[in-house]
Amino acid sequence: MTGAPISAPGAAVGRSGRVALALRQITGKAVPVLTVLAALLALWYAAVPPMNIKGALDAAERAGEVVTPETPLARQEVSRAALLFNNSVHIPATYALERPRLPTPGQVWGELWKTTGEMALRGRAMSKRSLIYHGWITLQSTLWGFALGVTVGILGAVAIVYSRVAEMSLMPWAIISQTVPIVALAPMIIVLSSQVGIDGRGVPKAIISAYLCFFPVLVGMTKGLRSPGKDQLDLLKTYNASASQTFWRLRLPASLPFLFTSLKIGIAAALVGTIVGELPTGAISGLGARILIGDQFGNPLAIWAALFAAAILAGVLVTLLGWIQGVAGRRMGVGR
Amino acid sequence: MIVALAVLVWLALWGANIWIARSRWNGSLFARALVPVLFGVAVLILWQGLVRGLEVSPVILPAPTDIAARFAAETGTLWEDFTQTVLKGALSGFLIGAAAAFGTAIMIDRSPFLTRGLLPIGNFVAALPIVGIAPILVGWFGFDWHSKAAVVVVMVFFPLLVNTVQGLAETTAMQKDLMRTYAAGYWQTLFKLRLPAAMPFVFNGLKIATTLALIGAIVAEYFGSPTRGMGFRISTGVGSLSIDLVWAEIAVAAVTGTVAYGLVVLAERAVTFWHPSHRK
Repeated sequence: MTGAPISAPGAAVGRSGRVALALRQITGKAVPVLTVLAALLALWYAAVPPMNIKGALDAAERAGEVVTPETPLARQEVSRAALLFNNSVHIPATYALERPRLPTPGQVWGELWKTTGEMALRGRAMSKRSLIYHGWITLQSTLWGFALGVTVGILGAVAIVYSRVAEMSLMPWAIISQTVPIVALAPMIIVLSSQVGIDGRGVPKAIISAYLCFFPVLVGMTKGLRSPGKDQLDLLKTYNASASQTFWRLRLPASLPFLFTSLKIGIAAALVGTIVGELPTGAISGLGARILIGDQFGNPLAIWAALFAAAILAGVLVTLLGWIQGVAGRRMGVGR
Repeated sequence: MIVALAVLVWLALWGANIWIARSRWNGSLFARALVPVLFGVAVLILWQGLVRGLEVSPVILPAPTDIAARFAAETGTLWEDFTQTVLKGALSGFLIGAAAAFGTAIMIDRSPFLTRGLLPIGNFVAALPIVGIAPILVGWFGFDWHSKAAVVVVMVFFPLLVNTVQGLAETTAMQKDLMRTYAAGYWQTLFKLRLPAAMPFVFNGLKIATTLALIGAIVAEYFGSPTRGMGFRISTGVGSLSIDLVWAEIAVAAVTGTVAYGLVVLAERAVTFWHPSHRK
């Protein structure tokens, strides 16, 4: 019996206590989120005609249909609202442009499905046109960068906790390193690593994402390793525990909740780092590269699909870490 | 020879740092400032020594003195890029985004329903790689600084929104009850109790936002800009192998980021002087 008590407020109204409580929790969380999502979707659909009306009218004019005003130059002078009002016949066309300024959610979803699920069904999941392939490239760099950043962050935190010199000289520079915009450094890191003789973009991308991801881990772990109280440290002293025993048996377990919280921030930062590493540098594979190529070839749908793929990837990674955190917490007996 | 000398100086400075940290000035402000400065100087000397001693080509990694010389020679260009990217793009975007996030937070805070609906979404969006929308916004708003400001607005909006909403939820029922016994209205409670209580969270968001603003403004320039701006200069500099100019721009970006962060920290000290973490 771990459920909430039957006497919880509102629990016994009509249904059995458990069911009512579960329902209350669902409606308490899901309904507001879904409502806001629906409102955002509606806003998006409403924004499509004014954004796309010029493109739709240009296309209609080329197809020989009646458009007011008649030339593109004259249409530049008129407001979007007036264009919509005078050409209401052409509003449906704004939802079906091939290269829209603002695609509809449906179009984005269609492109996303076409480049992931449909290709996977045809057994071409790893084709160069598939977002699964590009997502995999991005995921690899993200995970390498994450591993590197977490290692550096944890080692740095251990050094800071055990050495006063390290704290005084490292901590200010760790903070300054984060105020330096990494994107300024990204092209340099790639040039440097290719001059040094490292082939491919995997390594520089991983370095960039490690640069973004080590800081939250460093700060969180420093806090976590320092979280055991004086009485706990004193207790271990009375056991005659050595420094390494104190570390492995007390400081490290005590820091785990802090570690997981910062890991969740860290993996999101690592993904941002990888995509930033792919954006400005002419990479040809990876989600960032898809965005870049979509921009260069004037294909907005590709940009939007890659953006949403990146968002889904971020969501999956953070959720996965949250799940591991829950499992680890329950194993250690501190979970909720 | 030069390499050995540089390593020796580096070790000497490292030793000096250990000595200062163990000495009796340990906790003083002077020591806390001196130790990181010595660390930075040591890294620069090691860099200079390695580049000169190993005769690294300036196309790969220029020495700090070369970068400083180029910096001094190109202050005009650097200033032009600084105004374009930081003052026009990042700063205006930062101000608009911060104001919008703050206003939205206060508005949705009046409705618990909206708060519960927007907070998870805002949290999720704040974790997304939003820099990716840069090419889209450059397409919408053109090549000049307006599109850069737009990217910055979107990037700083969500972290600030989430932090402000969380901060506004910080006041306890006890504190709100006290305000009610004073017969304080909504606005009085907001200005005298809840906004001050939210400030530590707001400043947390502002600190994140300063860094993001610079990142957004620079990345957006990679997707098209007039022939000035830090991102433009960096991407063309890498292409034309004037690497020392690129490093000079990186130095400007680093100093700008650090100063902006420092300003936010100073403002935080002034506004949240009552918070336990700032009490002496």
